[in-house]
Order: sequence, then C-alpha cells, then structure tokens
Amino acid sequence: MAVTRFLVRRILTGLIVLWFVATATFFLFFARNPQIVARQLAGRAATAQILAEVTHNLGLDQPIFTQYGRYLTRLVHWNFGLSYFNGGESVSAIIARDLPRTASVVVGGLVLWLVVGLGTGVLSATRARSLFDRTSTVAVLVGLSMPTFVLGELLLRYVYVPANNHGATWITIGYVPLSQGVLSWAGAMMLPWITLATVQAAVYTRLSRGSLLDTMGEDYIRTARAKGLTERRVVYRHGMRAALTPVVSQLGIDIGALLGGVVVVEQVFGVGGLGQDAVSSIANGDLPTIIAFVLLASAFVVIANIIVDLAYAILDPRVRIS
Amino acid sequence: MSITELEFQAVTVETAPEEAIQGQSQWQLTWRRLRHDRMAVASIVVIGLIAALAIAAPAFASLVGHPPSQAYPNIGVNVNGTPVSPGTHGFWLGTDELGRDLFVRILYGARISLFVGLSTTLIGTVLGVSVGLISGYYGGIVDAALARIIDAVLAFPYIVLALSLAVVFGPSLWIVIGVIAFFSWAAISRVVRGQALSIREKEYIEAARSLGAGPWRIMFIDVLPNLMAPILVLATLSIPTAIVFEATLSYLGLGIQAPTASWGNILGGAQSYYTVAWWYLVFPALALVITTIAFNLVGDGVRDAMDPRTERVFAAGRKRRKTGSQGDQADGEAALPPLTVADEGGPLSWQ
Amino acid sequence: MNAAGGGRHRRSSNPQLDLGASGITRAAPGREPAAAVPDGADDDVLVRVENLVKYFPVRGGGLIRRTVGHVQAVDDVSLTIGQGRTLGLVGETGCGKSTLARCIAGLIPITSGTVSFEGHDITNLPRRQMQPFRREIQMIFQDPYGSLNPRRRVGAIIGDAFAIHKMATGETRKRAVQDLMERVGLNPEHYNRFPAEFSGGQRQRIGVARALALRPKLIICDEPVSALDVSIQAQVLNLLSDLQDEFGLSYLFIAHDLEVVRHVSDSVIVMYLGKIAEAGPKNAVYDAPRHPYTAALLSAAPAADPESAVARRRIILTGDVPSPIDPPSGCRFHPRCPKAEPLCAEQEPPLEVKLGDPYSHMTACHFPVQAGEDLAAARGQDTRGAR
Repeated sequence: MAVTRFLVRRILTGLIVLWFVATATFFLFFARNPQIVARQLAGRAATAQILAEVTHNLGLDQPIFTQYGRYLTRLVHWNFGLSYFNGGESVSAIIARDLPRTASVVVGGLVLWLVVGLGTGVLSATRARSLFDRTSTVAVLVGLSMPTFVLGELLLRYVYVPANNHGATWITIGYVPLSQGVLSWAGAMMLPWITLATVQAAVYTRLSRGSLLDTMGEDYIRTARAKGLTERRVVYRHGMRAALTPVVSQLGIDIGALLGGVVVVEQVFGVGGLGQDAVSSIANGDLPTIIAFVLLASAFVVIANIIVDLAYAILDPRVRIS
Repeated sequence: MSITELEFQAVTVETAPEEAIQGQSQWQLTWRRLRHDRMAVASIVVIGLIAALAIAAPAFASLVGHPPSQAYPNIGVNVNGTPVSPGTHGFWLGTDELGRDLFVRILYGARISLFVGLSTTLIGTVLGVSVGLISGYYGGIVDAALARIIDAVLAFPYIVLALSLAVVFGPSLWIVIGVIAFFSWAAISRVVRGQALSIREKEYIEAARSLGAGPWRIMFIDVLPNLMAPILVLATLSIPTAIVFEATLSYLGLGIQAPTASWGNILGGAQSYYTVAWWYLVFPALALVITTIAFNLVGDGVRDAMDPRTERVFAAGRKRRKTGSQGDQADGEAALPPLTVADEGGPLSWQ
Repeated sequence: MNAAGGGRHRRSSNPQLDLGASGITRAAPGREPAAAVPDGADDDVLVRVENLVKYFPVRGGGLIRRTVGHVQAVDDVSLTIGQGRTLGLVGETGCGKSTLARCIAGLIPITSGTVSFEGHDITNLPRRQMQPFRREIQMIFQDPYGSLNPRRRVGAIIGDAFAIHKMATGETRKRAVQDLMERVGLNPEHYNRFPAEFSGGQRQRIGVARALALRPKLIICDEPVSALDVSIQAQVLNLLSDLQDEFGLSYLFIAHDLEVVRHVSDSVIVMYLGKIAEAGPKNAVYDAPRHPYTAALLSAAPAADPESAVARRRIILTGDVPSPIDPPSGCRFHPRCPKAEPLCAEQEPPLEVKLGDPYSHMTACHFPVQAGEDLAAARGQDTRGAR
C-alpha cells in the first residue's frame, strides 16, 4: 500500500516535470522575435516572401500563448509536426521508424552494463586483492578514462575491420531489425553494446565493489557469519541489498548520461536511430525533429527515474515510510 | 585511595598528552601522503608535461613550420585524397584529410582540453560549493527547492541541452563551457549539500550559533573547512570528466568547430579515414586517453591521501593494513561511504 | 580537592527557586553562612522562564506532508535563576532538559511562554536583537569530541567570541585567548594546536574557555562532565566552581547524575517527560523528596557507604518511559508510579508547596511521599539488600 502511494506520487511528479520540460522547450525555441524564428526555420537563403509564408503557416504571428496552446494540444495528440527535410515526412513517422533501433541499443547496452558492472564489482569485492581484483581495477581505470566515441572508433578499426576481412562477417554495423533473425540483429548490435556499456560498467564496477566492501564490514554481516550461514547466503541475501542501494540511486542520475552515450554510439556505428536523427537535424536546422527528440528524451528520463525510485523503494523499506 | 593521590593521578592524566607533538594541519598531512604515492606523482608529472606541450604549441608550430589550421593539399595529401603517414614531408605524426599537420593540431587541441577542463571545474566548483552550502545549511524551504533543482539538473540528459543550445545559438566554445559547467556544479552541489546537512547537526555548529555567529560566518568558517577534503577530490576528478565531455561534444559537432583544433573534432574527422590512416585515429585518441587517465590517477591519489583509511591495490611498498575483523574491508579502492555515490559516474562520466 | 563542595563562597545567599507561585525569595534554613542580601530580591533574578512550552511537529501523511502530532518536549515549565546561583536540572534521557536549555539559550524557537533575562524579554528574538544577550548567556556542551570544530585551531575556537562581537583583534585577541587558556588550566603555548591533540578533559576546558571569553553572566552547562572519566570530572567541576567564585557566574547545570548535581547546585529541578516533577533547594529535595519519581531516582543512586546501601531499599519503577508524542493523561508519571490512584490518571497535579515544606520546595503530585514512608513496600516490593 505504501508502495502504491509512493508510486502514484512519483508519477504525478513526473507528469509535472514533463509538462515543465515541454513548456521550457517551447519557450526556448519559439519565444523570440518571430522574425528570427522564421528565419531560422526557413533557412538563411529565404527571401522576404518565403519568410512571410513561413511565419504565417507556422502561426508565428499569433500571440505567444496561442502558439503555446496549439503546441500543447498537438503534443498530446502525438503530433510533432513535419520534418523540414526527408521530404516533409511526419516526425511521428520518423519516430516510429527509428525508435526500435535506438531501443535496441539502449536495452542491450543497459543490460550489458549492469550485468558486467555489477557482476565484476561483486566478484572483485568477494575476492578482494586477488588477481581478478587487480586486473579488474586496471580495466576499470582504463574504462573510466576512455571516452565512448574513442572506444567506438577503436573497436571499428581494430575489431570490425579485421573481423570482416577474416570472414567473421556476422559482426556488422548499422542496423538489422530483429525480424530478420536474432543473430543478425545481435551481430549488428554487439559492438554498439560493448561501446555503450564499457564506460558505465567501469563506473559501476568500482561503485558496487566499494559499496559491497563497505557493507561486508558491517557488524550485522559479521553476525550473519557467526550464525553459521554460508558465505554465499551472507553475501547475496544480506550484503547485496544494502550494497545495492547507492548503486540504484546512482542509476537514476546516469540515465541521463545513457542518452548521451546512445547518441554517440549511433553516430559512430551508423545505427540510424533517433540519436543520429537528432544530430543531423542540428546540422540541418530541422526544428520539429529536435524538439521531438528533446521531449522524448526527457520522457524517457522521467520514466526511467520512476522505475529506479521504485526499485529503490523496494530495496530500502525506510524510503516508503517517509 | 587518599584524596591527594586521586588528585595526583588526575593531574598526571590531564597533562600527559602535552608532549612534543607538533600539530600538523590537514593539508600538510595530505601533501605528505600524496608525495609518497608513486602513481599519483607520476601522473602529476605527465600532466605537467602535457601542460608544457600545450603552452609551447605555438613554438612547436613554428618549429615544424606548420600552423595548426594551415592546409597543405599538395605535400600533405596523397594523390588519392588520403592523408600522409607520419614522417612524410616533415609531418611528424602525419596529416588529416585536408593536409593539416596532425601533431601541431593535437598540441593545440591540448590547449582547448586543458582550458575547458580547468575553467569548467573552477566555475562548477565555486557555484556548486556555494549552492550546496546554502542549501545544506539553511535547510527548510530553501533546501527543498534547491535540492529539487539540483536533482533535476543532474538527471537532465545533457545531450538534450547541448543540442538545444547548439540549435538556438550555434555551436561554439562557450556553449561547451556552459553545458559542462551546468552539470559539474550540480554534481558537486549534491555532495556538498549532503555533507553540509550532516555537519549542520554537529555540536560545534550549535556552539557557534550560541556564540552569536551569523549564518554566513558559520558556513564559511565552520562548515566549509570540514568540506575541503571532498570538495578537492570532486574538483580534481571533474577535470578529466570535463575534458572528455568537451571532446564528445566536439565530436558530435556541437562544440568546437573546425578549423579550430580539438581532440574531439579531430577524431570526428578521423571517422571517415580510419581504415586508410590509422595515425589519424590513434594519436589523438592516445592523447585524450592518456590525459584522462593521468587526471583520474591524480584524483584517486588525492582522495587516498586525504583519507588514509583506503589503500590502493597497487600501493607500492606499503604493507597490508589489518584492521582487526575488517581486514578485507579497509583495502583496495574501497570508497568513502557517502561520497562515492555522486563522485563516481554521473552524466559527465559518460563519454 | 573539594570533594564535599565545602569552601565555596557565594555572592548572595538567595535560593532562587521561584516557580511561578510566589515572587519573593528568601534564604532557606540550613544553608552555609554567607553575606546577607536585602530583600526586594527580584533584582537578583537573572533569568526568568514562564510557562515555557516547546513542541516539535511530527510530519507524516501520504500524498501531502502534514503535521500529524507533536513531540511535547517541554510542557509548561517555569523557573528562575538568580545571580551567582547554580540551578541543577535533573532527569532521565528524553525528559526535555536539553531542549529546555536550548530554549533558554535562544538556540531553538519557543512554541509558547516567555524567557526573560535581567528583565528583558528575549523570547524568540531575531538574531540581530539577540546579539547583545549572547554575550551574557553562554553554553558548555556535553560532547568534548563534537563540540569543537576539528578543522580549526584551538586559539581560533576560543577567540571566536571576540571575532563575532568585534571585541578584540590581532595581538590583543591572542593575548586574551591565551589568558583564558591559562585561567582554565591549559598551556597557552598550545594556542595553535588542533582539538584532536587534546584529551577529553582538556577539550572541555577549551569549551569552558570559549564560553568564558566574553565574561557572560549565565553559563548553561549541558551535561558538561557526563562524557568524562570520574577523576577528570572532579577537575572540571572544580574549575567551574572556581570560575563561579571568581566571576560571579550563574549556572544552569544539567545532568543525569544525581550526585554531581548535588555537589554543584544550590537548587534542583527534577523533570519528567517535559514537566517539572519536583523542585526546591537541594538539601530539601535530596533529604526529603516528595515526588515518588525523585524518591525512586535517589534510591537507585549508588551509595558510598555499603552498610547504608544494604539498608536502603530500592524503589523499582515498572514499565517503560512513555513517548513524549503521546504522553499519559493526568499525571505523566502515573503508569509507573508505585503510589498511583485513579485520580492520578484523570487530573494533572499542580506544582505547589506541600504541607510542611519550606515555601520554595514544590512538588507536582497528588499523593506526595510522606516522611518516613517506605515506597519500596508500597507495591509489595521488598528489595532490601538487593542491588
């Protein structure tokens, strides 16, 4: 019951945040002199007449709040307008087409990051100072210091190219839809996943290792051992719960970082997802796509944060009560 | 026991510790420990080297005779349009696709990276500490509001902000500094706030209030000195984060634009040529990674020097410290408890 | 060593315990001889607290945070502290004595009631107006390890008061600080050391020096010796008493150790769950406690003489201390009281002088302990000889 109430409260807050972001985005892009906005939308080479047309068509000459109202209404109906490029394709269609690509990258990367990060961290903590631990510490240091795009490019040059030259053509770049087979899909996604996950895995390895080591030093763990529980039970049933809480709360913050990584990875491997759309729309000045991306990204962050908070509340009962 | 004997014992106990212990401040102790940390010292040397190279970039440019933005389409580019390899025609590390000297560009890129790293850290730290202090000390509504803002900023996908700003204002160095500082202050603020909240409850703060000290005096004279350790660690560790952040933004085209050289945009250009010009990819990548590792090691060293409970796995020449039943716990890179949550990772580590 | 507390000189001989019922104080019989002081003794009241109430809100609730209850930390307490006197405040943990002290010191806002200092109303004054009073009212804290900022040098800590009130700078300040250090028994050469380099007792001395810097009139001592070894306690207590003689200080001395309170105080207040149970000149309260709670506390204190310890019967209180959020009805002590009657659960007993007591000895009880009454036998408890 307390968890439900907690959830409801978080969802309501999330909706408010989303509304706030949408408003801020609107005002950031449109709340300037209509001339400037129109010029930006129409491109530098636009003549006065085109400018006037654009201004009128997009309703830029309307009072700002009318524009705002229309903007909000359209948003709720999932109408993001039309892209200025790609032949005037509806942005919603672009989203529908490219979202699966981005989603593949995100989900796979997230899973890999968590599994490797937490797994290595826990193993390092339980085998502190062993060879495994030392090796992973070095790996963590390098991983932490390696920018995503650098890693991506290095992987391209030194893994993808040689692999394909030597016949391991299942490693591809770009995107293969799931419908064409899991292996092909994974083959194309593998390098992006590794790139996406490495840096964050390093961070989380260190974080979970430290957290678990601290927890294992607590008195109640010592008591559990003294009770005669197996080491495995002590670690996984008693230690992990407390050790995971800082990790989970950090996760909430890192979701935002995840998006940045996705954009980078898509750029490096040419996945053609929403991230790449966003970057190319900067170069093109394709405002509707950018706005759509901003809103979607924020929605993703809000939802992810709610999930993370929920996980945290499940892990730490004190949170539900407060 | 007679009364006088009791008194005598009391007096002895009282005066016992007044022997010749020379009081050393926190900084002296930290510096001493840092000096003995070989990895950290080596990293500091490396950073010094990089800084020297960066400062001397114009000197190198005139030495090899190639200004950083000068293209050499004749001697610097092969017939088929690919960059020339290192060593040809006086290009120490080769060229890029426009025939520009890669070595010189990398040196100039170092300037950008160091400048951005240091300036954003400075801004972010000053802002972050101020906000965190105020929020943590005042508590109440002020804290509730500020804490929400800090959380919102931290959770905000930076890419969104960078994109938006780049669209509205056009990409530039100042966008980069603005975006990076925008996030680093929040990360520092969060930690400072947390620490300030707990320090606020300490008795010596209450004592200061009972003496009549005002909030500002308490914040800066009583609370702040106790925060210097985490602040220093965070600041040092946010430099490599900022450097990587800038490189990423420039790579994506949202930051420094060509022809100005930044490691990020060099690597962005390298993307199309890595198959035929490995040097175009490897050298800037090396520069970036080495710099980042060096700063990270220094940051780790500072953290370990400030809190001797933690012991590095590779601490050379140091014996394993046993702390009774917590033998394993006090070793390796076990992090300071509440501190690691925010100083590890965060949006800026993601590049 | 002044183990028995003899040899202390007093500025005036007024017991100061006026608990709202009467306004005139007079020397109680049986006190050590001292200079006589004229009447009109209101002049000698330093601090007057009237009907002080401090509630802390408890927040809870679902979607919106609401105040669902109050911790009734201090509930209608009145007292006075006279010039040069020491008022002892005793009670178990959680009875509200620390909260009361902080209310008087102006460190936490008061829910209702007044505190006045030398006739001026200092209740909930904004910081600026409170500043001059801060010079007069100082505090010594319980934890020698927590009450000094570990990152600051001792000279700076002690000199804080001078800096804050802009009273001395530079060399003058340093000399004043060193002078203080000597006064409290510290080596003035250690001006630049950090608190970590001192022992617990020495740290408390630093705290005393800090409080003494501006020559306050009142020092509130919040369990100043509770965290120290017994032998060191004696040292610090002696220091406090010497300083009182030298500077004419008044103390509000809070402790949970009855013997320490007896040693230092002129008058004593016993608190229970936010209310005053009993109050009066110390000998009156200690020799003839009227409130069952006081009697129980006294019976539990270890006696130095093994024979009298065996002869004394311990009064054992049943039950746990109730929560201050939801205190018992009527007399707050009634669930644990060996003498409780139905009346005790219905009506809160007023704080008043009981028959036969000097007028300044007040008790809040419907059925006070009579002379010669043996409470240990009241509920069939015979713990003679039990420890």
